Amino acid sequence: MKKIKWKHYAVYFVLAFCALYFGLQASAGELSFSTLLQLEQATIAMILAASLSLVVGFLGELSLGHAGFMCVGAFIGGKLSTILTEAGTMGEIPVLLICVVIGGLAAAVCGIIIGLPALRLRGDYLAIVTLAFGEIVRSLFRNAPESLFGGNLGIRTPRYDRNELFLIGFALVLVTVVVIKNLIRSKHGRAVTSVRDSEIAARACGINVTKYKLLVFTVSAFFAGVAGVLYSYSNYQVSSAKFDYNYSIEILVMVVLGGMGKLGGSLIAAAAITWLSNQLQLKLTGDLAVLKDLLYALILILLVVYNNAPALKNLREKLSIRNLMVRIRKKHDPSKVHDDDAKWDRIPTKIMVDEVLSVDVQVKSPYTPDKAKKEDK
Amino acid sequence: MEFIETLLNGLSAGGTYAMIALGYTMVYGIAKMLNFAHGDVIMVGGYTLFITMGMMGNPILALILAVVCCTVLGVTIEKVAYKPLRGASPLAVLITAIGMSYLLQSLAQIIFGSANKSVDLMELGNISLGALQLSTYTVITLVASGVIMAALSLFVKYTRTGRAMIAVSEDRDAAQLMGINVNRIITLTFAIGSGLAAFAGFFMTLKTYNVSTTMGAMPGIKAFTAAVIGGIGSIPGAMVGGLLMGVVEAFSQTSPAIAPYTDAIEFAILIVILLVRPSGILGKKRREKV
Amino acid sequence: MDTVLKIENLGISFGGLKAVQDLNMEIREQQLYGLVGPNGAGKTTVFNMITGVYKPTTGRFFLCGENLTGRSQETINHKGIARTFQNIRLFNNMTVIRNVMVGLHNQPEYKCGIISSILRLPRHFKVEKAMRKRAKEILEVVGLLEDRNNLSCNLPYGKQRKLEIARALATNPKLLCLDEPAAGMNPHETEELMDIIRLIRTKFNVTILLIEHDMKFVSGLCDEITVLNFGTVLAQGKPSEALNDPDVIKAYIGG
Repeated sequence: MKKIKWKHYAVYFVLAFCALYFGLQASAGELSFSTLLQLEQATIAMILAASLSLVVGFLGELSLGHAGFMCVGAFIGGKLSTILTEAGTMGEIPVLLICVVIGGLAAAVCGIIIGLPALRLRGDYLAIVTLAFGEIVRSLFRNAPESLFGGNLGIRTPRYDRNELFLIGFALVLVTVVVIKNLIRSKHGRAVTSVRDSEIAARACGINVTKYKLLVFTVSAFFAGVAGVLYSYSNYQVSSAKFDYNYSIEILVMVVLGGMGKLGGSLIAAAAITWLSNQLQLKLTGDLAVLKDLLYALILILLVVYNNAPALKNLREKLSIRNLMVRIRKKHDPSKVHDDDAKWDRIPTKIMVDEVLSVDVQVKSPYTPDKAKKEDK
Repeated sequence: MEFIETLLNGLSAGGTYAMIALGYTMVYGIAKMLNFAHGDVIMVGGYTLFITMGMMGNPILALILAVVCCTVLGVTIEKVAYKPLRGASPLAVLITAIGMSYLLQSLAQIIFGSANKSVDLMELGNISLGALQLSTYTVITLVASGVIMAALSLFVKYTRTGRAMIAVSEDRDAAQLMGINVNRIITLTFAIGSGLAAFAGFFMTLKTYNVSTTMGAMPGIKAFTAAVIGGIGSIPGAMVGGLLMGVVEAFSQTSPAIAPYTDAIEFAILIVILLVRPSGILGKKRREKV
Repeated sequence: MDTVLKIENLGISFGGLKAVQDLNMEIREQQLYGLVGPNGAGKTTVFNMITGVYKPTTGRFFLCGENLTGRSQETINHKGIARTFQNIRLFNNMTVIRNVMVGLHNQPEYKCGIISSILRLPRHFKVEKAMRKRAKEILEVVGLLEDRNNLSCNLPYGKQRKLEIARALATNPKLLCLDEPAAGMNPHETEELMDIIRLIRTKFNVTILLIEHDMKFVSGLCDEITVLNFGTVLAQGKPSEALNDPDVIKAYIGG
């Protein structure tokens, strides 16, 4: 049992170690400007990936609008920090904390709003609604009065001290991971995963599906908002163009490559992708810059096909690290199989497969909302 | 009169959306996947027009070549990226499709550069029908999209292959047992969808006179939204959704106060419609068997 | 003995099809009640109505005198009706014991707020420990204690069915509805299951309503049965009498 428990805390140790290592280096003045910027970007990406992982990996709903929540956090938090800094009555740290909380809460409110349709929709329908939500948020901020959110150009935000911001970033990642991990590894997390595995069975077990879906969307949105505030601190400028749906997809890719329902994996993937895209950007300059996107796309396709193609199953099993370990130890211990990692093919296809090509104009089985349900509430 | 003109303009823009939405809806109905790369097929169609117009200068020939090119591309994407994943998790397929979309965009950027290319397909004048003042563009797209949609509906409804398509979408395994070559049907679906995307690319280029690497992205998302509004999987639904999208766009752009919010309005309509009818206007909802 | 479940004129139609009509049943405390009938007779539909999956179009049903018609699945479960599924619906990515712990989720003695879970307050650890202990007790009754750390999707079919029963039991029901619990089991497993069901009834003080095709199973286990065909009641009463009813024999054998 001891061994398993260590594993749960490993992610905290790794995070603390990274923070300490880079912190020492920064205080010695050995980190370059671009490294510091990368560290900030990595912490932002990690918070985003962890929070999206809660929705996609643990609730099993596809969300394509995560950048929308971040957008809310960035604008609200950025604007607030500008106002508070100009007022100048508080120190930098209290201002930052207030902005993080308010920005997070603003995003959380949006999470509730988007969570409401989530109660009626599933799979692709929900995915497209989240996508639509992200675009709506972006459009609203872009078209808001220029005095408020600066229109197309966005708002200018005060820049935090470069040498310290990434440490605050790490602290926020830690908070995010602690909250999400503790939530998942509790009875409430079990309820959430039960909704993912079978909504009908979860209902039959008396799980309040409505409550848990809303909870997950709210918590996830809150941390996306926090990431947004951090972003506004890391950049001089917050503009709505950044938070388009490509950005949401980038976050989704981190979650998916990290492994569904694996928080640690999402964090590693977030850090790795941030690092990789920065490296590619540095190495491939000028005309070669577009090669970065090409490589990125190729890696993505090859990884996913390799990990999922039914035809490559034997090859995968031959090369899998876990099976190698089992072979070395010559025993298979079922108690070591941990139940948080949901393999893709075992996750029920929330992406619904019951839509059928049709050419009939009249609706054969009209959908009737459950009227009785409303009456009893 | 102005109202009717706006309506017709909207319908013609909607025709383009419907063309793209049909590709989404057919692939979704048959292959059960969200083909995120569909919008970028339009872009490839646009660049094909750019090349052929530069070489030959004949818009009809350019259109034909674009259709051929897109069809081949669609089929190739399906064979290379999606076919190995048949039977894998839908999420894996979705991510691959996203990767494919990035791949096409970056390839186009490498080959053609990131600047817009201008393509002058043909001179567009105005046509007056009584008191109505319409641009040739509106008339061409309205007529062409109407003909294409009618032809597609008839094809799916009345031909052997069309019925096989419906069978595959109802139950892939059962269709296979009945002797339908499922792989062939899926390939054909991608071919048709991509061919329609080429038409959409043609209409778009006709209007804007230029092509860019991201020209397919936003129309792609909007057309997908349209397909969902109409009820994904439903061919008439995609048409209705696409036309609705175009009309809403045309009307909201007539008022300067609302125009910046056009995108927001379109997406808000999606949310409202899905809340009222969770499977879209003409979509079917199957009960989950307990 | 008190009535646990009372069904009055219950009926549902899908479009024009009357799947179930005018169903009247009364199940008393501690009874083992069988619901039998040919395929498509509407047995599972009855289950779906009394567990809130479908809303009945006519009639009412009462649990211990309380009208639960048209309430949501969650509410009905809280009030005390638990069920298993004909096509097994386990939480596949969870271990066996966690499946049962999901069933324990709503028991008042395991109440623990979201905040205390996130902050890891002592309450959280106390509740988790108590839930684990209770889950083990339940698993022992159905004979799955040894498998508790296996993923539920790795269990053989027969054990999956037992796990479904354990999970339903964990919600502490007054009435336990079993949808074809013996389907897909071999004769030996079926015997074992009959013992388990009898044991559950006395140990958990629960009333059991079950759907089954295996006539030996039904007549060996049930105190009373209702035979359905095409959504209507053919016969009701003791298994020996009801199964010998000429209408029932006709429905099963034809002619």
